[in-house]
Amino acid sequence: MAITITLPVVLAKLAKGERAHSASGATLGEAVADLAQRYPELAPRLRDERGEPYPYVTYYVNDEDARFHGGFGARVRDGDEVIVVPAIAGG
Amino acid sequence: MTRALSTRVTRPGAGRRSAGVNPSTDEHATDAAGPAAGTVGTPVPRLSALQCRLCGARYAAAPIAICERCLGPLEPLPDEGDLRRRDGVTRQVITSRPPSLWRYAEWLPFDGRPRLSPDTGFTPLVDAPALARLLGVERAWVKNDTVSHPSLSFKDRVVATGINAAHALGLTTVGCASTGNLANAVAAHAARAGLAAWVFIPHDLELGKVVGAAIYRPHLVRVQGTYDDVNRLCAQVADEFGWGILNVNLRAYYGEGSKTMAFEIAEQLDWRSPTAVVAPLAGGSLLSKLAKGFGEFRSAGLIDGPPPRFYGAQAAGCAPIVRLVERGDDRIVPEIPSTIARSIAIGNPADGLFAARTIRESGGWGAAVSDVDLVRGIRILAECTGIFAETAGGATVAAALALARAGHWRASDEVVLCITGHGLKTVEAVAGTFDDAPVIAPRLRDVAALAARVAQRTGG
Repeated sequence: MAITITLPVVLAKLAKGERAHSASGATLGEAVADLAQRYPELAPRLRDERGEPYPYVTYYVNDEDARFHGGFGARVRDGDEVIVVPAIAGG
Repeated sequence: MTRALSTRVTRPGAGRRSAGVNPSTDEHATDAAGPAAGTVGTPVPRLSALQCRLCGARYAAAPIAICERCLGPLEPLPDEGDLRRRDGVTRQVITSRPPSLWRYAEWLPFDGRPRLSPDTGFTPLVDAPALARLLGVERAWVKNDTVSHPSLSFKDRVVATGINAAHALGLTTVGCASTGNLANAVAAHAARAGLAAWVFIPHDLELGKVVGAAIYRPHLVRVQGTYDDVNRLCAQVADEFGWGILNVNLRAYYGEGSKTMAFEIAEQLDWRSPTAVVAPLAGGSLLSKLAKGFGEFRSAGLIDGPPPRFYGAQAAGCAPIVRLVERGDDRIVPEIPSTIARSIAIGNPADGLFAARTIRESGGWGAAVSDVDLVRGIRILAECTGIFAETAGGATVAAALALARAGHWRASDEVVLCITGHGLKTVEAVAGTFDDAPVIAPRLRDVAALAARVAQRTGG
């Protein structure tokens, strides 16, 4: 299942400068793993050694915080859009 | 209608002009971007380099706030020259400077004098004996940022710093994601500086906050969603358009402005640290920077004695940081906000972990208060001290009272409550809570009747 993962500029540098990537997987975690496997330098920035997301990196699936939908266990479908946003909040 | 006289100076090619526009009817703000009046030709201060708070990686000064190596938060890194300049600053030197936050310039990330927003800071520290009695402590003070210049909230401090960083980096467009106070501040400071501003807010903010941003005519955008949606959108906006979004890509520089609240408290207490500080928690940045500020003044030998205990206030309808303090673990559990305290309704606070650690390590705690209690807090503060705070201020007072009931205060404590924004910005929160004032005919005997009723009620 092809979903789009959009990286922030700070991570795109580790993925050949490309911000938008196609990825496959039935869950967010699988899609992230798919992307990580293609870009080994990017991989450790997307999730930790246990395969869990970092506290400083938020994943949004179709504009919703993935943590409200099971985190990396969130199901994803063809056409879903995932955005990766390093967490900065407060204003 | 004639066009209002503008003090903006425009430089050919800088920003976009919209000549001949009637400022009172045009839909969009005049894009008269350019250097601030009076700054053409003056040297721009050098901006500090940056360092990752987590892994220590270093970066040259830039509009970036995230470490490329570990995605941790960046902070300005003072160099040897900066530290030498701090060494040369005594209490007497500070005391002799004009009453703005720039009296602490050596602790802000600029080498050379920033030109924008020169008048912000040095708000009153108000002695509050009635509040001290309610809390059961020896002394209570209100750090009164409700009267901050120009936009009536503590956000003027971080914008004063952030907008000068934008200027030093040559950016002519600034912006922010905001629950209201930052929007007001960015719009106000940008208007004075002649910079274009894109201000993003949730679509349903309080009227006072919306008008309080719109009046300065930024590009004001209302977003359908929570503040967290607005913030995430602005992270994407910063990446896409390269604007100086103060609380996103300029966050490292912007955050330093909050330290000045601590510096002022220390100076206004005659160079001493309070024993306890109560502050509202939104993203968690203010409390973290208050601790940093007191710490830096201690390192500089300007104050001595132990650091204060830090107490955080949130609304029960959105309290991820207080819950983290209570649990004692190391991961924020995000919440979907549900509270009238919009300015602290941040379900995903990125500085939350750091704030929680700061609180615990200081021996402090947190309290999450109901909407009913925070409204009561606004009213108690007004009736005790003559200060009218917005909902975050009410939450701060209510939290201090809750902490009193839970036994966190010592009789010998000297507590400072950081009251961060003016009550007229959230007037809806309290407007419906009063009995209607009596309406009388213009007759003296009607006043006498009212006075007699009051005398009867109060027995005097």
